[in-house]
Amino acid sequence: MTALRGLLAFVLAAVGSMALAATPAPPQELHIEHAWIRWLPANLPAAGYGEIVNDSDGAVRIMRASSPAYGMVMLHHSRLAHGDSTMDMVDHLEIPAHGRVKLAPGGYHLMLIHAKRPIKPGDTVKITLDFAGGGKLQTVFPVLPANASGPED
Amino acid sequence: MVMSLRRFRFHWLLTSCAAVLLAACASHPNWQLDDVSGHLPDLKFQLTNDLGKPVTAATYRGKVVVLYFGYTHCPDVCPLTLVHLHTVLQKLGKDAGDVRVLFVTVDPTRDTVPVLHQYVTAFDPRIVGLTGTQDELARLAKRYRAFYQRETPKTSSGDYEVTHSSAIYIFDREGRARLLATPGATNDAIYHDLKILAEHP
Repeated sequence: MTALRGLLAFVLAAVGSMALAATPAPPQELHIEHAWIRWLPANLPAAGYGEIVNDSDGAVRIMRASSPAYGMVMLHHSRLAHGDSTMDMVDHLEIPAHGRVKLAPGGYHLMLIHAKRPIKPGDTVKITLDFAGGGKLQTVFPVLPANASGPED
Repeated sequence: MVMSLRRFRFHWLLTSCAAVLLAACASHPNWQLDDVSGHLPDLKFQLTNDLGKPVTAATYRGKVVVLYFGYTHCPDVCPLTLVHLHTVLQKLGKDAGDVRVLFVTVDPTRDTVPVLHQYVTAFDPRIVGLTGTQDELARLAKRYRAFYQRETPKTSSGDYEVTHSSAIYIFDREGRARLLATPGATNDAIYHDLKILAEHP
């Protein structure tokens, strides 16, 4: 049963990626709302948040992220297991058709490391998301102080 | 080994929570967090603060202590908790003077005194960062059944994560363990209980 389910998941994933590869999402149908970065001092890794909105008729899959301001941008997911907090690297993130996925504290987030220039609250940072099939989305993220709760602060 | 330890700790938590529920019905104030009175040992440690000065539990006797384990290369969950605690301190107003938030690093290798200082003060200048030797930190974590583990680097740059317990431990002015806040606890619940502890010298 487990093997069958595994096979089914594999087939679905394969079919899904074929469909995605065939129809790259037009970037104008994708955008990020409430984008922001939590600044941390001492050149520590920072986190990027926002809500990715997909207004297209097909699911899209984020494969990687990058920024001219950071040496590395990774898609991460924080989770709790038995009271322990742990962070996982995410291989890809799917945004369903006409759906949205939140990158928010305590869940999915962009981890920004190795800043290439000094970054401080008040700055803005460009982040590009690369989608399966070749689509790209560039968004300007405002940098907020460490103790901000979000862009509406 | 790690799994069985974790499971033990989880079961222990469940059992103590059940016991605590019974006790809470009897006479205690209307705590919104988990009452752990009598289930965890008094506050005891010997560490270094974020100004490089040696401190012990006695340094904070007379204050309500909020203890949290974390590390500065933690950009998501640790800031979330520290922002909650900053918000609570602001809401407490002058009562915040009777409360000390202690952020204990579980990553002493990277969390040098200056980095720790910059990190905690970026959230709230009233938050104190504590570090120590691996032994000193392990002893404190073990005392409160807190778990942490350095993970293998996931990228070639050698950056690593540290999995760690996310509970917040609250001690009264005499250093007695009183309450445990899980990550799901709201700011209002933490504020509510800290205010009671702060107002009862």
